[in-house]
Amino acid sequence: MLVLLILLPLLFGVAVLLRPPAAAKWWALGGTSLCLAIGAMLVGRFFANASPDVPFQAQGSFAWLPALGLNLSVGIDSVATLLIGLTLLLGPICVGASWTAIPQHRARLFYGWLLVLQAAMVGVFAARDLLVFYTCFEFTLLPMFVMINEFGSTNRHKAATKFFLYTFTGSIIALAGLVYTAWAVGTRATGVDGFTLDIATLTEHASHVLTAREQALVLLAMLCGFAVKVPLFPFHTWLPLAHTEAPTAGSVILAGVLLKLGTYAMYRFVLPLVPHAVLEHAPAVAILAIIGIIYAGLICWVQTDVKKLVAYSSVSHLGFCVLGLFALNSAGVTGSVLYMLNHGLSTGALFLLVGFMYERYHTRDMREIGGLGAKMPIWSTFMVFFVMSSVGLPGLNGFPSEFLCTMGAFISHTGWTSGAARHVGATWGPLGPWFGFAAGTGVIVAAIYLLAMVAKMVWGTLREPAVHHGEHDHHAGGPHLPVDLTAREIMTLLPIGVLCIVFGLFPTQTLIGAIESDVNAQVAFVHERSGEAPTEHEAHFAQQEHRQQRDAGRDEQIAGVKP
Amino acid sequence: MTDKLALVWPEIWLFVTTCVVMVVGLSPDLRVRKLCGWISALGLVVAIGAAVPVAHAGGLFPSITPYAKGMIGVVGLMLLPLLAGTVDRDLDAAIESGKATFSALRSNRAEFYAFFLFSLTGLMLTASADDLIWLFLALELTSLPTYIMVTISTRGTRSQEAGVKYFFLGALGAAIFLYGFALIYGATGTTDLAEIAAAFRAQSEAGGLNTIGVAGLAVALIGLCFKIAAVPMHMYAADVYQGAASGVSAMLAFVPKTAGFLAIIMLCGAVGWTHGATHDSLPAPIYILLWVIAAATMFTGNLLAIRQSSVKRILAYSSVAHSGYMLVGVIAGPGSGHGTFWDNGIAAVLFYLLTYGVTNVGTFAVLASIQKPNGEEADDIADIRGLHGTRPHLAGAMLLCVLSLLGMPPLLGFFGKVGLFTSAISAGEIPLVIVLGLNSAIAAFYYLRIARAAYLEPADEHVETRAGPIPQRVFAAVLSASAVVLLLTVAQMLMERSVTASGYHAPHAGMADTPHEALDLTRADD
Repeated sequence: MLVLLILLPLLFGVAVLLRPPAAAKWWALGGTSLCLAIGAMLVGRFFANASPDVPFQAQGSFAWLPALGLNLSVGIDSVATLLIGLTLLLGPICVGASWTAIPQHRARLFYGWLLVLQAAMVGVFAARDLLVFYTCFEFTLLPMFVMINEFGSTNRHKAATKFFLYTFTGSIIALAGLVYTAWAVGTRATGVDGFTLDIATLTEHASHVLTAREQALVLLAMLCGFAVKVPLFPFHTWLPLAHTEAPTAGSVILAGVLLKLGTYAMYRFVLPLVPHAVLEHAPAVAILAIIGIIYAGLICWVQTDVKKLVAYSSVSHLGFCVLGLFALNSAGVTGSVLYMLNHGLSTGALFLLVGFMYERYHTRDMREIGGLGAKMPIWSTFMVFFVMSSVGLPGLNGFPSEFLCTMGAFISHTGWTSGAARHVGATWGPLGPWFGFAAGTGVIVAAIYLLAMVAKMVWGTLREPAVHHGEHDHHAGGPHLPVDLTAREIMTLLPIGVLCIVFGLFPTQTLIGAIESDVNAQVAFVHERSGEAPTEHEAHFAQQEHRQQRDAGRDEQIAGVKP
Repeated sequence: MTDKLALVWPEIWLFVTTCVVMVVGLSPDLRVRKLCGWISALGLVVAIGAAVPVAHAGGLFPSITPYAKGMIGVVGLMLLPLLAGTVDRDLDAAIESGKATFSALRSNRAEFYAFFLFSLTGLMLTASADDLIWLFLALELTSLPTYIMVTISTRGTRSQEAGVKYFFLGALGAAIFLYGFALIYGATGTTDLAEIAAAFRAQSEAGGLNTIGVAGLAVALIGLCFKIAAVPMHMYAADVYQGAASGVSAMLAFVPKTAGFLAIIMLCGAVGWTHGATHDSLPAPIYILLWVIAAATMFTGNLLAIRQSSVKRILAYSSVAHSGYMLVGVIAGPGSGHGTFWDNGIAAVLFYLLTYGVTNVGTFAVLASIQKPNGEEADDIADIRGLHGTRPHLAGAMLLCVLSLLGMPPLLGFFGKVGLFTSAISAGEIPLVIVLGLNSAIAAFYYLRIARAAYLEPADEHVETRAGPIPQRVFAAVLSASAVVLLLTVAQMLMERSVTASGYHAPHAGMADTPHEALDLTRADD
């Protein structure tokens, strides 16, 4: 079923290319909707069968290059399942949002790459083999590059190139770190005399075979790749540019899913592979995250471009996500995983709203436009709703995740003893109250800039750019849009809104309950392994022993050849 | 003697084909003359057939020949349609329209195909070499025809300039590595590679390598840098690639490079990856030399490529950079010798050569398939802008090939690069891996520029291009692009073959066939 979810979008992508341009969007809508239906079944089946003993379901493996240990293997745990669900949900929404924005003669290029992108994203979350993961991780760059470069606004070439080069450079260094781990596990632990690419095996052995120094270096290499993707301060400079220039659907996918590839990779690889180094360096990463939260928040405050504002708010929000992850306790990591989903929903929706507005007025400058509450009541209602969700209003989805991340950082302290320790390592961790406090100020900043934005955009007297209709319409080439949102546009926002309310009111019954056991197992695993790292001597001994066995084998072979 | 003869059957077949082509190409009948390409293809197919079953010739890399010759044959076959119509096009047109009559003196077709086959024969002989003299002659047989092919490939003066530059620098390179060979002979008293290996082994066990031998190796490697277009002998690449017709440039990017790498692998094999503190690397002077060359080559190639506006020059400098990547595999060495593809640097190099050769044909074929109004082939990046609108299949081919060269997963080039990565990590060359990674990222910059120009950007209004007159070249482009994807289905087999091919018989001082006088000579030297 997982493989189907990767192959179907590709097939539909080919169909889009072969059919006439007028049909492209219908094929894309059909493809993404079909995938969403299958995905819903997958999620349903996963949680119907979920049990703590079998963390991974829907496993499948196809030996591609068996002699080299390269398998196309997939499988999902609860975190991956939910993120796949998010990806598939955003699929039809993106198609719907692009319905009139993409000129018909270029529709095949756009929708074809959109479907390819969806396949790659599902592949990242589903991968259980290192090279499959890396292939999909890297392959998300290309469709996004095409989308920004071709369908973006004025500065799109620069934005696309910067996006590609920045993330490509980071990922190659991350690949070196991952491959080094694969080599260390292969030569010191599993005895395959080479590289272990299976993620489960890697997770099991990596922390036993990498010395403290190696773990630190591997951590650094992996962060090079994943921190750029998240993006963590100071690697965030590509993001506002890419977001501002990308078409609406591109922004939604970028904010909704692509950024989560970074945090997901941290959850899946960084934490379990090098726990010793993570524990040691978590404060440093957390400080970067907090700087990002506050710094990006302050930038948002002075933005006049509303899309750039939402983009910087992503940098700020993702800081919470990383902070929670590196708090290394149940609360923090749970909050972080929640954040991956909730940020995808609310920021995705904000980008949709900004996109709908831009399609009508062709400006995003808050000095030229504002007070739209009078003219676009439906749009304004959604805007206020999703801003509230993004700010973290209790009762909506942003709140539990932000609260858990901050609390996780706050109670994440080696000496902290109070509180109900429900699970192993529920509170213990490398950060402390000051980290929580500093991040908390970020919540206030977020409230300031988001509410200021709503105040300018929705309330107040109506301001419109001098020329908005007429002159620019030849550019869009689509049908004339009504003043307020159309039924199609409302349909793209409604499902997100419903989920925001459900996840906000019942976080424990829905999300937290779903991921609880996996996250706790992960946290317990990291805690168990973080204390110990083999000394250089032990690692070398393991390798030498292995090498001796190998050389003995070779001597026998040579002896056999010689008469 | 007979076993050596059995080994060179593919070369003999190619030589026979060469003779036939030389005669056929002089026929007054155009239809007969046009058979040259087909006969060459037939000869290559037979040569591949003859090469693949032959193995175990002795020497340091006993099973390298089937893989190397198979690869040479396959890439040669892909180059053929790309080379079609490079020479004699104007002449044929003039004859057909009655403006001229056929004159064997003015026709270049016979020589052109014959030189192509000669060069491939030399390349195959390089793969079979087990002796320094043989190696030198084979290397020269590979290169000499290419000097002429560059010169006659277009009617412009640029080709002549390129040919002259290429020839003089090539002669310099040959003189340098021949000097190195002479020093190696002086240090070991033999020209047989296996015996040299045994002599080196004996020396290192007796307390250190002979200085003259190491100096000879170093000089020879620097000379061979010309063949692979590596720093410090890379200067010619951009001018020559740009001056020659695209088909010939594609050939230059594969044929001499492969010859150079085969020779480097053999020389490094002769001294062995058994030195250093842990007995698993090259001797320190050679190791440092190759390390510096590799790093300098990668950075020089990539940084210079960024600044070019001519696609051919970009590809030329990127070809320099690719040589740097492959040197990483040479430094890493064959690993445990019977490991997997992942920890075997030599297998990685051999596999990379194949992926590079196959992919590179496509990029140059796209250029060769587009013609400017003055009849020249496309060269500037403006010439390929907007290609997706007019010729989508060429734009698609360019995109696939460039992404594969960049090492984008899951295309063929990615697996080539991963092999280099993993083998270097196994050998503990972490700094080199970082350099390799950084350079792959720099390369993204200019490869992306090409991809974007061909696949996404609209055509420049003042730049006029039209489809080239030779459909075979389009075929070569599409063939190469499909190979980038389709070869993935047999990647397993190719990787296994490259591992087999890299099977390295580590020299033993006490090898049964070590001549004692060689050892005595060595001692006399000390």
